[in-house]
Amino acid sequence: MQIRGFWNHRCAIARKTAATTEPFAVRFLLIGIAMVFIGLFLLAPLAAVLVQAFGDGVGVYWRSLRDSDTLAAIRLTLLTAAIAVPLNLVFGIAASWAIAKFEFLGKSLLITLIDLPFAVSPVISGMIYVLLFGLHGYLGPWLSAHNIEIIFAVPGIVLATVFVTFPFVARELIPLMQAQGTEEEEAALSLGAGGWQTFLRVTLPNIKWGVLYGVILCNARAMGEFGAVSVISGHIRGLTNTMPLHVEILYNEYNFVGAFAVASLLTVVALITLVLKSFAEWKFKQELRVS
Amino acid sequence: MSIEVQHISKHFGTFAALKDVSLNVATGELVALLGPSGSGKTTLLRIISGLEAPDQGSGQILLHDEDVTSRHVGTRRVGFVFQHYALFRHMTVFKNIAFGLQVRPRKLRPARHQIREKVHELLKLVQLDWLADRYPAQLSGGQRQRIALARALAIEPKVLLLDEPFGALDAKTRQELRRWLRRLHSELHVTSVLVTHDQEEALEVADRVVITNAGRIEQIGTPEEVFHHPANEFVMNFVGHVNVFHGRVEGDRAFLGPLEVEYSGQRHATTKPARGLIRPYDIDIETQANGKPGFKATVRHINAAGPQVKIDLTTDSGEPVHVELPHERFQALGLVVGKTVFVNPREINVFVDDERR
Amino acid sequence: MKICFKQRSILPGFGLALGFTLVYLSLIALIPLLGLFLRTAELTWGQFWATVTDMRVLAAYRLSLGASLIAATINLLFGATVAWVLVRYRFPGRRLVDALIDLPFALPTAVAGISLTAIYAETGWIGRYLEPLNIKVAFAPLGVVVALTFIGLPFVVRTLQPVLEDLDPEVEEAAASLGARRGQTVRRVILPELWPVLMTGFALAFARALGEYGSIVFISGNMPMRTEIVPLLIVMKLEQFDYAGATAIAVVMLSMSFILLLAINLLQWWSGQRHCVMQP
Repeated sequence: MQIRGFWNHRCAIARKTAATTEPFAVRFLLIGIAMVFIGLFLLAPLAAVLVQAFGDGVGVYWRSLRDSDTLAAIRLTLLTAAIAVPLNLVFGIAASWAIAKFEFLGKSLLITLIDLPFAVSPVISGMIYVLLFGLHGYLGPWLSAHNIEIIFAVPGIVLATVFVTFPFVARELIPLMQAQGTEEEEAALSLGAGGWQTFLRVTLPNIKWGVLYGVILCNARAMGEFGAVSVISGHIRGLTNTMPLHVEILYNEYNFVGAFAVASLLTVVALITLVLKSFAEWKFKQELRVS
Repeated sequence: MSIEVQHISKHFGTFAALKDVSLNVATGELVALLGPSGSGKTTLLRIISGLEAPDQGSGQILLHDEDVTSRHVGTRRVGFVFQHYALFRHMTVFKNIAFGLQVRPRKLRPARHQIREKVHELLKLVQLDWLADRYPAQLSGGQRQRIALARALAIEPKVLLLDEPFGALDAKTRQELRRWLRRLHSELHVTSVLVTHDQEEALEVADRVVITNAGRIEQIGTPEEVFHHPANEFVMNFVGHVNVFHGRVEGDRAFLGPLEVEYSGQRHATTKPARGLIRPYDIDIETQANGKPGFKATVRHINAAGPQVKIDLTTDSGEPVHVELPHERFQALGLVVGKTVFVNPREINVFVDDERR
Repeated sequence: MKICFKQRSILPGFGLALGFTLVYLSLIALIPLLGLFLRTAELTWGQFWATVTDMRVLAAYRLSLGASLIAATINLLFGATVAWVLVRYRFPGRRLVDALIDLPFALPTAVAGISLTAIYAETGWIGRYLEPLNIKVAFAPLGVVVALTFIGLPFVVRTLQPVLEDLDPEVEEAAASLGARRGQTVRRVILPELWPVLMTGFALAFARALGEYGSIVFISGNMPMRTEIVPLLIVMKLEQFDYAGATAIAVVMLSMSFILLLAINLLQWWSGQRHCVMQP
């Protein structure tokens, strides 16, 4: 009797765990498949960039980064991001405030429109500005008569970047603010706080991790955008070349070390992005857990 | 009068949440708005506070004889306590309570030490002064609601509005907080309106109870009045438990299921459908027929745990009847499940089909 | 009751916020996009048709659609596996892998392009082992598939993950208590739950792949009729100042994208209906 009891007990445990998970062999196989896939498609490209960049030694790497055209590309990329990200931050906060805190006609259409850049090919995103401001575009003749340069110049690059990256902050904040509701704002108002006070003291602190998250992703895309900027920049070395475009030029000139050196900088930005993003997610989850 | 609500209506789309509602609350009074969900009680409270606006041109809200209908919530000086607390989750308890004072324009803002004193005074009032540095997430539900109340009191409101303040709490905490609120109110005497769907809560806490239903007020009265003298069938049905017998009224007789009783209400020329409502404790049980109006029934279930013995019976035609007896009476009768007994209602409220609806 | 544009609310700032949003959206996106559609009006139907059915363009559509479809399918299968493994199992390095999933969102496409090319070229880490087997990846259609798989990798994983996390284990326990074997539970209880989400992830990956440009120009070799993708043809026409031709092809692509966007919205609505969860 004792043995049977023991056996029954073992069976019960086995059955209970089998109810919500797979046998060890299956688990092992699935983890293996997933890891090989990740290794092949994510880790290998990441490693390749660094290996290629330092392929001819650290000295060559530094020399190719100190090239004046490279430095100009870095400056332009930073400038573009410095303009596009704050603009889209303001847009994201305004859009999510209107969408998450109010009920109005055409709200779901507006949400769909905000997602538009994700559906449009980057190439087309750049092209629409060429059609508008280019020499043969609608406003082209007027612009050239007044000596205003947009296409093949910095304003066009900024415009295309703003277009490609405007959904990022809004998309993070809309669901977050919807989930938080309006009770805390109502409480603040009932206690005598004004509109801006309510926003700055109650709403903003509640969404800060979401804002950080959106800004990080927005910045990564702004610094890394290739297709849209490529169409609009004209690839003028030292003037309208962003870092990704500079990578292309160096690569096409068979200056592989140079190309990968610049690429390695962008890769570091990407890795920092991932770290910050994980940090924001972790902070946010922590706050969710305690509340 | 502290609060005067005059002919207020409110629509959400095509749904009428309030239909021409008027209500007065005297200074220092604690009034409970009691009704089923969707009856408009919360909407009324939010309109009084200014969080919601009534239909354009539908009526007026007066606070202390001042028309505030078009005034913004922030300038009405109402303390609003939300059902889910709505504490600012990124601020400590101290900062939550101080918020209403700190957002005042510089000229009206008390000095720092005055704010600190005030906050601690309030924390003492709600008996939580040891929690000042905690965050809302670190508090229990009951503590959060007391902090929310302290926060609302910090602005020295003219009226205090509480929207189902204990709705999200467990039964025991509710009980405690209810008593505590009653004591607090008798200390502070701030005019208060409390929304609840829990009749026990309303009857225990409030000076007066306002019964709402489908956007209208059904009855306003003291807890005793609405309980013992319900104005209509809805109130009787909603406040307290009842047995309902369907039947008809013919002249001065009422035929209600197994019962036939005298009908002394308004006479009707024709036979009218009617219902008889009987409280479970207004029913006596006899082992023998005794000539009083009554009927035969069989005991199905007995629950003796509690101040009264609860007995479920069924009539011969299968209708359920609930009776509550004192323990001594129950012992004397010697009831057991399956026994056939005679049921004598002591008091029946007969409601003939209402023309109003 | 008259129908009003906005429900009344005491929260301030609606006019300012919505006004700014609409002006910004119009200036940055709507008006320029409208310009694109106006451009097509300058073409006759015959010209339009001739441009978009040119042999070279047709070959590019075939490659773009075909490669995107294959890449999205790869991502559907492996992405689902990755999401499952990340949510359900605990193993060393899990959090690192989880953080790394978003790399394709963060890494500029040009960097991904040259890096993948370096790996899959005849002398590259992987290319050198495929060379003797006569499998050509870089500068071949297969390279396009590889790049698009990289680009679309996060979509299936990231749409599936939150739904998997919210999946109630009691449902699986119920299935098991009713006598279902694990395989049956997965096939008949879990998979049907996940189906709309999987399709959403697939559609997102597909839509992203269809428009991708940066990574592909490096790895495909851009051989006419063989490894040219649609966005590349648009760029080429723009560089030759053939705005009309570029517009025609772009409009066809945009239409495909909008249909996909609509499908994705429908799918999300569908899964929202079934799960009653907030958008991720």
